[in-house]
Amino acid sequence: MTLHDLAPADASTDGTTVDIPAALGHFGKFGGRFMPEALIAPLDELEAAWHEAMTDPAFTGELDRMLREYANVPSPMYDATRLSARAGARILLKREDLNHTGAHKIRNVLGQALLTKRMGKKRVIAETGAGQHGVASATAAAYLDLDCVVYMGEVDTERQALNVARMQMLGAEVVPVTSGSRTLKDAINEAIRDWVANVESTAYLFGTAAGPHPFPSMVRDFTRGIGEESRRQVLEMTGRLPDAVAACVGGGSNAIGIFAGFIDDADVTLYGFEAGGDGVESGRHAATITAGAIGVLHGTRSFLLQDEDGQTLESHSISAGLDYPGVGPEHAHLSDTGRAVYRPVTDDEAMSAFDVLCKTEGIIPAIESAHAIAGALKLAEEMGPDATILVNLSGRGDKDVATAAEYFGLLKDGKPA
Amino acid sequence: MSVLSERLAELRAENRPALVGYLPAGFPTVEGSARVIEAMVDGGVDVVEVGLPYSDPVMDGPVIQAAAGQALAAGTRITDVFDVVAASAKTGAPTVVMTYWNPVERFGVDRFAQHLADAGGSGLITPDLIPDEAAEWTTAAKAHDLDQIFLVAPSSTDSRLAMTTRASSGFVYATSVMGVTGARGQTSNRAPELVSRLREVTDLPVGVGLGVSNGDQAAEVGAFADAVIVGSALIRCVLDAGDDLDRGLEAVHELAADLRAGVERAR
Repeated sequence: MTLHDLAPADASTDGTTVDIPAALGHFGKFGGRFMPEALIAPLDELEAAWHEAMTDPAFTGELDRMLREYANVPSPMYDATRLSARAGARILLKREDLNHTGAHKIRNVLGQALLTKRMGKKRVIAETGAGQHGVASATAAAYLDLDCVVYMGEVDTERQALNVARMQMLGAEVVPVTSGSRTLKDAINEAIRDWVANVESTAYLFGTAAGPHPFPSMVRDFTRGIGEESRRQVLEMTGRLPDAVAACVGGGSNAIGIFAGFIDDADVTLYGFEAGGDGVESGRHAATITAGAIGVLHGTRSFLLQDEDGQTLESHSISAGLDYPGVGPEHAHLSDTGRAVYRPVTDDEAMSAFDVLCKTEGIIPAIESAHAIAGALKLAEEMGPDATILVNLSGRGDKDVATAAEYFGLLKDGKPA
Repeated sequence: MSVLSERLAELRAENRPALVGYLPAGFPTVEGSARVIEAMVDGGVDVVEVGLPYSDPVMDGPVIQAAAGQALAAGTRITDVFDVVAASAKTGAPTVVMTYWNPVERFGVDRFAQHLADAGGSGLITPDLIPDEAAEWTTAAKAHDLDQIFLVAPSSTDSRLAMTTRASSGFVYATSVMGVTGARGQTSNRAPELVSRLREVTDLPVGVGLGVSNGDQAAEVGAFADAVIVGSALIRCVLDAGDDLDRGLEAVHELAADLRAGVERAR
C-alpha cells in the first residue's frame, strides 16, 4: 500500500513569524487543523502512530487478514448488463454493499480500531448520522474488544431506531445528542467534546474523510483499497480503464477511496454526486461543493453550507448518510483543481435510480449509493454506448427499506398502504 | 502596548490577579448583554470577554451552549457583537472577543479586525485557531494593533507551549482541564503544573479558565495565575433568573463581587 501518492502538500503559507511551524495536512487551500490546542498533541500522536503502523508489516498484514476473513474484502466487480442496457452505456458496479455491515465503512473502522489497539487505548467514540458508521464502529469494537460510545443526534435516533438497536446489540452505548439541530453535525460536536475530555484513554473513530489532519488522509488511505481493487478488477474484466468513475459524496469517504485508485489516470474522469435534496435552487439540499462557500467546520477548511455570518446551515437529503453541511477537504481541492467534477442529484432522481437498480439487477442499494447510480445514468446519456462507467455501489439498502417504502407509497406511517 | 496589556501590567505591579468575565453577545438579548457586562464590571470584573455566539461551539459545555443558542435564536449578528464590545469598552474594562474561527473568516479577517478595533476591542481569543493556521489573522492583528490570545492545554508539548506563547500577546489562555467550559466543583489540579511550565517559556501573563465558579476557587487559581477567567458561572446567574433580568443582574453583580474578593485575597 502506498501511503503518500496523495500526500497533502505541506507548504507553509506563512512568512510573518519565523518560528511558527508549517501548517499540516493541507490540500491546496483546504484542509488543515482548526481544533482546540488540547487536541493538537493527540492528533500529532495519532498521525505518528498511523505512519508507523502503515510501515509495519505486522500491522498491515493483520489489517489485510481482517479485511479478507472478516469483512469480505476485496468486494467483487460486477458487470451490470441489464442496468447497462437500460442506461445506454456499460456500467460496472464495485460491490461494496457486499462487505460485512453492508457498506465501505467497515474498511475505515477496522483500520482505525486496529490502530487504537496498537496505541494501547481501550475506548472508542464515534459519531453517526443514519447509524451506518455507528454500526460499523460498534462492530469493530465488539470484534476487537473495545468499549464503544456512539454519539447520534436525537432526531436521527428517532428516524433510525433500528440502527440504534443494532448498535446496542453489538454492545455499544448510544448517546442521543440534544444540542443544536440534534443531527449529525451536533453529534460530531459532542464527540469532539468527549474526546477533549478523555483523549488519553480514547480514540475518535472519525467516520469520513473530513475533520482535522490526519483524518482526511488517514480515512482516505484506509478506504483506498476500493479504488486499487477496482482498477485491477476493471482491467481484468474489460482490458482497459473506465472512462468515468462515479461515487456519491457526503463527507466523501467512499468517493475518495475509489478516486484514489484512478487519480493518476488522467483519462479517467472522476465524478462526485452530491445530495441535491429538493433541488439546489430550493435551498433544501446537502450539495456542499455545488452550492456552499469556503469555510471552517469540524477542524478543516473546505466548502460548507453557511449563512452570511458563518453560522452552519442545516442540510437536507432523503439520504441520511449524505446529510452533512460540510465535505472532505480533498474533494474541495479536487473540485478546485478540476481533477474531479461534482454535481448535485435530487432526492427524486436518486429514488428513481434506486427503483431502476432494484428492477434491473435485483440489487437494493443504499439511498446514498443510489445518488451515484442516478449520476451514472445521466453520464451514460452524455457519453454514449461506447463508454464504460464504474460506479461505487458503496452500501446496501436494507437500512433504507422503510424510507423507500414510504417514498414509493408502499407503506404509510409504517403500515401497508 | 494595548489597553489590555497595560491593565494586566498594572495589576501585576499590584501583585493582584485580574478577574476576567465572559458573556456571549446577544444573551439574553443584545441590549441585555451590555447590561450584564456593566453589572459584571461594576461588581469587580477587570477584563471582559465578549463571546461571539456560534452554531457549533465544540469547546463549550452546556451552559455556554445554551446561552449562545439563545442569542442565535434571537437573531444576534456579528455586527451586534461589535455593538456589545463598544458598550463594554465604554465601562473602561479592556474588552476582547472570544470566537470560533469560521465567523471571522466569513466576515473577512481584516474587516473583522477593523470593526473590532473601531469598537474599542483589544483583541481576539481564538479557541479553534492555532498559531500554525493563523497567518492571515496575525497580519490583520498587527495592522490593527489587536492582541492575539491563543490557548494552551495540559496536553500541549513544551515546544508547542513555547511556540504558542511567542505567537500570543496580551495574555495566554491556559485551559486548566482537559475538557469543555463549565463550572466544576473543584478546580483543576493540572492548572498549577501547566502554569509553571508556561513560566519557563514566557513572561506573558497567564489566564486560567474552565471551571471557576466562586470566590474561593478564584482565590485558589489567583494564587498562581495572572488572570482568573469565569464564564459559565456568570451566565448561570442570568439563565437561572429566567425572564427577570433585574434579578439576573443582581446575581451577576453579587457573584462578580465574590470573585473579586477572591482574587483580592489570592496572594
